[in-house]
Amino acid sequence: MAHLLLHLLVLLLFAPLLPGVIARTKARFAGRQGPPLLQPYYDLLRLWRKGFVLSRTTTWVFSAGPVVGLVVPLLAALLLPFGALPAPLSFEGDLILFVYLFALARFFTAAAALDTGSSFEGMGAAREVTFSCLAEPTLMFALLVLAKLSGGLSLQALFGTHLPASWGSGAGPALGLILVCLFVVLLVENSRIPFDDPNTHLELTMIHEVMVLDHSGPAFGMILYGAALKLMVLGSLLVRLALPWNSGFWLFDLLIYLGGLLLLAVLIGVVESVMARLRLVRVPQVLIGTSLVSVFALVLVLR
Amino acid sequence: MGWFVAGLLLLGFSGVPGLFAARSGGGAEKLACLLVWAGAACGTLAVWEVLARGVPLVLDLPWAIPGGALALRVDALAAVFLLPLFLVAASGALYGLAYWPQRAHPANGRSFRLFFGLISAGVMLLLSAANSLLFLLAWELMALSGFFLITTEEHKSEAREAGFIYLVATHTGTLALFALFALLELAAGSLLFPGAGSLALKGGQATAIFLLALFGFGLKAGLVPLHIWLPGAHAAAPSHASALLSGVMIKTGIYGLTRLTSFFAEIPPWWGATLLALGILSGILGVALALAQHDLKRLLAYHSVENIGIIALGLGMALLGRSYGVEALVALGLAGALLHVVNHGLFKSLLFLSAGAVIHATGTREIDHYGGLLKVQPWTGALFLGGAVAISGLPPFNGFVSEWLLYLGAFRAAQAEDQGLVAALLVAPALALIGGLALACFVKVFGLAFLGAPRSEAARHAHEAPSMMLAPMGALLFACAWIGLLPQTLVPLLHQAVAHWGAVSGSAHLASPLAPLSWITALAWVLLLALALGVWWLRRRARGAARVETWGCGYALPSARMQYSASSFADFLVRLLRFGLWSERHGGAPRGLFPAPGQFASHTPDLVLDRGLRPAFSGLAWLFRRMRALIQNGLSACYLLYVALTLIVLLLLGGFF
Repeated sequence: MAHLLLHLLVLLLFAPLLPGVIARTKARFAGRQGPPLLQPYYDLLRLWRKGFVLSRTTTWVFSAGPVVGLVVPLLAALLLPFGALPAPLSFEGDLILFVYLFALARFFTAAAALDTGSSFEGMGAAREVTFSCLAEPTLMFALLVLAKLSGGLSLQALFGTHLPASWGSGAGPALGLILVCLFVVLLVENSRIPFDDPNTHLELTMIHEVMVLDHSGPAFGMILYGAALKLMVLGSLLVRLALPWNSGFWLFDLLIYLGGLLLLAVLIGVVESVMARLRLVRVPQVLIGTSLVSVFALVLVLR
Repeated sequence: MGWFVAGLLLLGFSGVPGLFAARSGGGAEKLACLLVWAGAACGTLAVWEVLARGVPLVLDLPWAIPGGALALRVDALAAVFLLPLFLVAASGALYGLAYWPQRAHPANGRSFRLFFGLISAGVMLLLSAANSLLFLLAWELMALSGFFLITTEEHKSEAREAGFIYLVATHTGTLALFALFALLELAAGSLLFPGAGSLALKGGQATAIFLLALFGFGLKAGLVPLHIWLPGAHAAAPSHASALLSGVMIKTGIYGLTRLTSFFAEIPPWWGATLLALGILSGILGVALALAQHDLKRLLAYHSVENIGIIALGLGMALLGRSYGVEALVALGLAGALLHVVNHGLFKSLLFLSAGAVIHATGTREIDHYGGLLKVQPWTGALFLGGAVAISGLPPFNGFVSEWLLYLGAFRAAQAEDQGLVAALLVAPALALIGGLALACFVKVFGLAFLGAPRSEAARHAHEAPSMMLAPMGALLFACAWIGLLPQTLVPLLHQAVAHWGAVSGSAHLASPLAPLSWITALAWVLLLALALGVWWLRRRARGAARVETWGCGYALPSARMQYSASSFADFLVRLLRFGLWSERHGGAPRGLFPAPGQFASHTPDLVLDRGLRPAFSGLAWLFRRMRALIQNGLSACYLLYVALTLIVLLLLGGFF
């Protein structure tokens, strides 16, 4: 029980720091001072105290979107090891539940966007479901590679203690390839440049952000918070894969993990600073490309 | 067995009393509904008996037909297919009282009820038949009743056409089945079905049997490219008939394949691989075609093609497992496929019934004419949403559980050492892609039909369905939620069914992979409660919030026509999948500085039927017309020449032999 609480506490307290780090990195690249690192926390607090403005068109489905967006990463995080800290809940086949929970969130976010009846948000919803159904096979191939290497079927086993040995063995190149693929999936799923721009408020260019234009107050806060949690949860996969060491001492392990997350946030900031957004028609091409790369990784471990 | 036969008779004759009642009277329809309910209850009792005792129910009676015997066997494998039949038939009968009342349809109400009962009885008989002749009899009973259900609205040319295509397709399939059972009789020595795993066949005969089964049963199930009859037929029938056709009838094809493959002692690896390939093709093409449709019922019909593809994936995986002796794969593949049969029966019927409620209220099947229906039809909308979440395979509903089993099988295949199992591993990414596309499709349907602003007067003035229609839909959603939230309750049924498939030790391998189902249950409950609590809290906090117009980037006069439409929502994906869809696009972007009013329309015909078979057959018809004009030219001299030529040919042939 204490373990479960620690898991949730780390997730809930640390997650909003990541968007702050990304924003600060981008600001430094642009030669600006940038907002304080804790700005996302202030934003959440302010949104929490605000009132609502609702569109006349909307129904209860509109409020389901933010709620699902917040609950799903929380639940998914319970299945996931945080670095070397084991997952509080773990069973055979939980990796499928993990993937499908995020699909549920997508369903309701997109439905909430359509609930406003705005053509911009319809556009965003259409793009969101399009790109993520292309990202899904990549994720599955990556999980297949990890399952093949670990011999288990739970996320705990997939990201278990065998990883350092796997890197050293012949499977190293395959792991490297899926690390790249998972990074691309992370950028797509968290609506980051080069696939989506979370900052421009020009609706036509956006995917994810445009879906939440009509949300306000605490509901919008829930969306921002949920997005930060999702970034941390999906980022954990990458961090564990790239820094697979276990020291055996939990505090040290936790520090490695959190440090890895911060590094990841800086990396995302760097990518966002040095790249431009891709044209929309290029996004599917990149995603099909990563699917092929992950197939290649699978072939490497199957041969 | 008594309960089963009683159920069979009650269902079969449920529509008969109505034939003697007045065309406009309302009493006979209630009687018919009551008889269907009684029949379904008797049948459920019989199935309960099978499952509780663990041994099949058997009935053997002599039959005057040569080679025939009135042999019925109800085992757990049949039970999996029977349970959704009873639920769907019973809920459809109740739904029909409000949806298709006798006084509103004096011309066809009585015949509809007759064939509704007959098709249910036909499916029931088919699922229990243990004799080839009896099986074929039941098959035809079901097929012909299906034809009359599809052509219920025979005054519409669309229904007549769909019925005709269906008739051609089903009888082509029956032809293959005749050949199949003749071959089976040669191999097994009797028209009785052989026991599971008792047929040691090799070489050409086994290949012929399998290919005939794949064609005959695949045509009924709607596997791509044999799905040609399905979209039109399901769209044309009244909604509760569509539910029965799509939820139950097409599964008899899957039942046939499952039963037939159980006879064989050994399965060549290519059988499973073929079924897997067809499953991937059906799944992806089915959902892609569904995505491109604007007609609500056609869209749902294409989703049946997709789900049949998913079931075929499971069956293919189980067959591969048997070829390579991997018991866990057999157990997971078959259990996943069978559970998906039940699940699809439930959520597809739910979706068809709620689509019927929408069509009933708005009078149109075009998704682009709906919008904002959740406000006027809150219950229908919520039920449809439940069905949409279930069919997209999302937790916490039932679609997720069956797909979870298939994924588990695919991951096991990845870990197995055998090279031949690589094909089974492809199930995971294929299912992921199918699931993603299905999600996109159901976000589109639910979002555009029920959310946003009304796009037509009909949608603005729609009314909620009567409780007589809502109650059966509620029962179906309850069943979906039951399987999703308490999947362990179905484990004994799956165990027995897998055992009856001829993989006795396979059911033992089902125990360990199914153990985590209790975790899934727990998490599903947490998810459901957290969501309910969250939405309740947010709604409460938002009470009294300012209500304004949707933000239109400063544009002050938004109209419902500015919303995203069904075409535009799916456009990106449809264009990505254009190599498999070949959509027609008319009109497009307005050009120039002062553009004239623009028009855009897209239409996606069926790849096999409209692009392949129709042109091919009309070409053949043209060819034969030309030939007839040439040959039947009315000149007696020519006719005499034909006679003379025939005579010469015959004489020559006589000389040779």
